[in-house]
Amino acid sequence: MADTMAADAGTRRLTVRIKRYDPEQGGEPRWQEFQVDAHPMDRVLDVLLSIKWNQDEALGLRRSCAHGVCGSDAMRINGKNGLACKLLVNTLQGDVLTVEPILGLPVIKDLIVDMKPFFDHYKSVMPYLVNDDPPPTTERLQSPEERARFDETTKCILCACCTTACPPFWGNEKYVGPAAIVNAHRFIFDSRDQAAAERLEILNDGEGVWRCRTVFNCTSACPRDIHVTKAIQEVKHAMLTGSTSLND
Amino acid sequence: MAALEASRRVGTAVVSKLYPTRSHTGAAQGGIAAALANLEDDSWENHAYDTIKGGDFLVDQTAAEILCREAVECIYDLEHMGLPFDRTVDGRISQRRFGGHTKPNPKYDPSAPAGTEAAKPRIPVMRSCHSADRTGHMILQTLYQQCIKQGVAFFDEFHMLDLILEDGECRGIVAIEIATGALHVFHAKSVLLATGGFGRMFKVSSNAYALTGDGPAIAYRHGMPLEDMEFYQFHPTGIYRLGILLSEACRGDGGIMFNGQGERFMERYAPNLKDLASRDVCSRSIYQEVRAGRGIGGKDYVHLDIRAETMNKYKSSPLHPDQNVDSHWVEKRLPDIIEFARTYLGVDPIKEPMPIQPTAHYAMGGLPTDLDGRVHRNARDVVPGLYSAGESACLSVHGANRLGTNSLVDLVVYGRRSGRAMADYASRVEFHSIPAHPEAAAKAAIDDLLGRPRTEPWARLRDEMQATMMDHCGVFRTEETLVKARDDIANLKQRYQRLGVQDKGSVFNTGLLEILELGNLLDLAEATVASALARRESRGAHSREDFPNRDDNAFFKHSLAFANGQEGARVEYKDVDVIHVEKDGERVPKYPLEVRKY
Repeated sequence: MADTMAADAGTRRLTVRIKRYDPEQGGEPRWQEFQVDAHPMDRVLDVLLSIKWNQDEALGLRRSCAHGVCGSDAMRINGKNGLACKLLVNTLQGDVLTVEPILGLPVIKDLIVDMKPFFDHYKSVMPYLVNDDPPPTTERLQSPEERARFDETTKCILCACCTTACPPFWGNEKYVGPAAIVNAHRFIFDSRDQAAAERLEILNDGEGVWRCRTVFNCTSACPRDIHVTKAIQEVKHAMLTGSTSLND
Repeated sequence: MAALEASRRVGTAVVSKLYPTRSHTGAAQGGIAAALANLEDDSWENHAYDTIKGGDFLVDQTAAEILCREAVECIYDLEHMGLPFDRTVDGRISQRRFGGHTKPNPKYDPSAPAGTEAAKPRIPVMRSCHSADRTGHMILQTLYQQCIKQGVAFFDEFHMLDLILEDGECRGIVAIEIATGALHVFHAKSVLLATGGFGRMFKVSSNAYALTGDGPAIAYRHGMPLEDMEFYQFHPTGIYRLGILLSEACRGDGGIMFNGQGERFMERYAPNLKDLASRDVCSRSIYQEVRAGRGIGGKDYVHLDIRAETMNKYKSSPLHPDQNVDSHWVEKRLPDIIEFARTYLGVDPIKEPMPIQPTAHYAMGGLPTDLDGRVHRNARDVVPGLYSAGESACLSVHGANRLGTNSLVDLVVYGRRSGRAMADYASRVEFHSIPAHPEAAAKAAIDDLLGRPRTEPWARLRDEMQATMMDHCGVFRTEETLVKARDDIANLKQRYQRLGVQDKGSVFNTGLLEILELGNLLDLAEATVASALARRESRGAHSREDFPNRDDNAFFKHSLAFANGQEGARVEYKDVDVIHVEKDGERVPKYPLEVRKY
């Protein structure tokens, strides 16, 4: 990992610029620079943790799984949203690494933002299966084709990379945002679900899908390679045609 | 799962140090076992036998039978909740093969020549219900979605510091709100610990940073025992150096491990199941290849090959012998694995093999619990009000070695049972009183840490703990290495007492929390090493080179490690639960002890 690998021939001296904010000191956020010897196969997360463990224990960031499945460490890295654990040092251009919190959510400390507004939007779209029929004694049947219809949007890990890359969301915090629409899509197109109409009604609201300006920032920000903009367009289409069938 | 079940009848809150969707259940990949028999004949009895044999007979047999029987309805339950399983062509839940999951070979002939199909008493079975290679993610999301639907209260990013124990009962917990540093007291009729594993005590681990065993460690400091801590599973196929998991589904779907000489070395160690032998067997085999100088380029790793041409050459996929596979099929079955290898290894597994080494993965041991998830304070008595489920608990359904896909089914089956039991208990009892300041001890510990200057980086102690546990209490152990590990951990615990926190703030003081988590890992490491020292035999994942055989006369029993102050840990034992049946007028064990071979 970073620093401890310093003896390797392949290490590289990085200047890491981090946007710091300490709520207990108050004032404006400030930029701070650190020097780190990083291995090319190190993750950006390894670089940041090396700073936290060896230089400044107060550095605030979230992390858990460190391989791109838990969604804790979304941040703005060299101007683009991503997970710090999915970006390797060897993919960086130049020797300066700039890291700041994701945009559009209140900053609590350093790279940590308040996720509550994000999860409130998520919860507003009924992100759960609704089916009031008595279940059969075994599984409900679903064909591989029906299952494939919503496969892409089941991959969402709620990291907020997409929503906080979205210019309409930056301009209007009430917009439900791409991640909430992705999670609505996951159920709207599930053949077992019965609440598509209600979700479409919720998203037809002034703060729903029509805020999307198809900027495609969400799609390029998604660390799970979900075609977010396409999913949003499919929800809009369902709203206009009133149909979620396979043949549309 | 427990919260969802309990909340159907009583007020329920989930206190979690992470946002719940960040939990490490979400990293589970290959599937969840249940004998649905959707693609071929199978039965819960087959599953129970595999589980008991997989655990090298240290499994509590009633618990294992319940696990395998209730697994079937639990899977349907999850499907009804919306879990998006992959489907068969006729719309049913799809299933795949996994290590150690077998059924009797209908063509078995004891007189058949070795190496032929008919010589194998058991053959692999498709039992693992899956959603590509992200089954854990789907389970976690589905359960969270259903909890939202049902209105379960969540206290996100609250870190548990202490249990409130009064008159021998558990009456709540103390937690710190990470965003503010405020201490909170949760007064409850019943508490369930589902804090997961503690793989972060080892240097190379598949576990998340958050997996520091907070629940078992706090209970251990309160005098409760930890069961079977010497049994820690190393998963054979971790990404070289990083330890990130490459699912056993790779081998279930036909992937093969090769050494530096290009040999399929598992043929030597497990002639019948080969790469689909249980995890402990595969991990030991890799270590032995490396020790014999047969690692890749003589180094400490081997290759895992999931290329279609390799599967076709060895006819190892589930589609063989009827048809070959292509890379499109492999990509569809293992999309996340392929992406992990491309991202973290810079290797495209469609075109080349992946460098792998065993990685610390799963604790078979934990808080001793019964069939209702109730935590026991010794071999007989429960702690009223205290429950545990999942990796933090030890039922024991995994014994000395867990089979792949049995952890997800454990947390679903026994999460559900525990949730029901704690709702029963909470409906029956009144709130009992708690002390005036139950947070006093936790507050004093935090004030101490904040009051002391930073003497040395806490991360240095962590690195030393992880190195000694990996080198001296890992896949292979001896008296000598374990004594070294014991002394190292004792020394680290002394140095730990002098640590101070550099960050003196209240808001998101994650430095403070990391030090508290290190304290938990050190206590669990102490119990692990003491239990490993005391068990002078080899069984399942516990492999003593100085005692290479299983010793059923002396050690057919579970260990219980108790905290014992400066002395380290004290180890006691309790019996394994064995089912007897009538046969020819005699009571005989239903699962007779046998030598475990694959």
